[in-house]
Amino acid sequence: MTSEDEWNEFIAASARALALTVEPAWYPAVRTNLATIWKLAGLVAQFELPDDAEPAPVFRA
Amino acid sequence: MIEPETSALDIARAVASGETSAVAVVEATLARIATLNPLLNAFTAVTAARARKRAAALDARRAAGDRLGPLAGVPFAVKNLFDVAGLSTRAGSRINRERPPAEKDAPLIARLEAAGAVLVGALNMGEYAYDFTGENVHDGPSRNPHDTTRMTGGSSGGSGAAVAGRLVPLALGSDTNGSIRVPSSLCGIFGLKPTYGRLSRAGSFPFVTSLDHLGPLARSAADLAAAYDAMQGPDPADPVCAQRPVESTLPLIERKAERLRIAIAGGYFRAGVPVEAAAAVAKVAAALGAAREIDPEAERARAAAYVITAAEGAALHLDRLRRRAADYDPAVRDRLIAGAMIPAAMVANAQKFRRWYRDRVLALFDEVDAILAPATPCTAPSLGQETFVVNGLAMPVRANLGIYTQPLSFIGLPVVVVPVVLSALPIGVQIVAAPWREDIALRIARALEAAGAVAAPRPAM
Repeated sequence: MTSEDEWNEFIAASARALALTVEPAWYPAVRTNLATIWKLAGLVAQFELPDDAEPAPVFRA
Repeated sequence: MIEPETSALDIARAVASGETSAVAVVEATLARIATLNPLLNAFTAVTAARARKRAAALDARRAAGDRLGPLAGVPFAVKNLFDVAGLSTRAGSRINRERPPAEKDAPLIARLEAAGAVLVGALNMGEYAYDFTGENVHDGPSRNPHDTTRMTGGSSGGSGAAVAGRLVPLALGSDTNGSIRVPSSLCGIFGLKPTYGRLSRAGSFPFVTSLDHLGPLARSAADLAAAYDAMQGPDPADPVCAQRPVESTLPLIERKAERLRIAIAGGYFRAGVPVEAAAAVAKVAAALGAAREIDPEAERARAAAYVITAAEGAALHLDRLRRRAADYDPAVRDRLIAGAMIPAAMVANAQKFRRWYRDRVLALFDEVDAILAPATPCTAPSLGQETFVVNGLAMPVRANLGIYTQPLSFIGLPVVVVPVVLSALPIGVQIVAAPWREDIALRIARALEAAGAVAAPRPAM
């Protein structure tokens, strides 16, 4: 997602799904935060790990 | 004679020997808080009656011939996300102050008091700890004692202000991504973020459970060690707290650091680092004779920590956001709302990368005993400042003062921040050790103090 409209659609749909109210005045800051998160998550995703890589938290019964 | 400058350990020695009384120490501390807190806004509650009662009890015990603990009569205060019996645990928020008062103290408070320390109050912080500035829209900003128009750093901002301002010699904070280390750097004091799981987090309001740590801030390495030693040990009330016995660090702190293998963090921690942060690392490295540079792939680690924090923090607050969004600090609210919208795959990938990165960094510790890194990109920004420039890029201050602390807490490494003075405003350097080797980081901090390379500067107040 790159355009403001695309982010706005995503925020509106996500807010509905999460039963969250996002006031119009909050959209710009939420967009900025989402763009930062997506950029950083992209940096992590670019790093190739094997399918059997274990996540850091390990559950023990 | 107890002065505002007197260390925690010197206070304890004076109280234990009868040179002064715990009551006199507490009265002097309460008077200093009354004078200076209006300038610093460090405290959100002063527990004067409780402190006086406890000090009188310590003096009575000494008069009866009891041996007092290693922190006898040492005043301390805690970030207001710690449970303090009789106070609502507000965690910097408006919403939480509606909670009923805590019924008992957090275990770390109880352990410090069992060692003789005296709680004198609760400290200001960034809302719900999602903050690196020390600003708070509900309680006002904590102010930097070296320049009250500047930030303390956060989120343990009141902890930084109270210790640097000589209101108390010791404070507790929390550190999820840097919230002990950032204020330690900007306020010019020592801070310890222990190994993940080393100190019990029971009785504290959480933020990101897979990253949350608690720890001490003080004005010397020995005071940090004494407080840390008093707080160690398993606690069934915190499932993350390690089943490790107490491993005392204070008896080891005067051991020489000369034979330790100390490297400088390169790559992300060196490229584009602003001049003052780089100069601080260079000064510490020169004092230790450290020249080797290692590159731990930290940029991606910081990115992964950011994603996990946003998602886990949002999950903690989701229901409150539905009901009370307007009662949050807007800067926190908008970050939490964005965090609630993160796809699970992003978080799962970040947790996979976290294990890879941990293994890689732990392998580095086969070759070195400690790693030096900047603590913050800059000295204290002005209150209200929203952006700063790092590596040629303008960045929001609130989310980025911790860019150098975040990749290290991400894998739970113990870190001591030491204060370096290069100008009117101090700046910190991180000394990073392998898990459970707080003793090494504290020894190096002490060696740097002894060499005159680091010290907590005294503010003009």
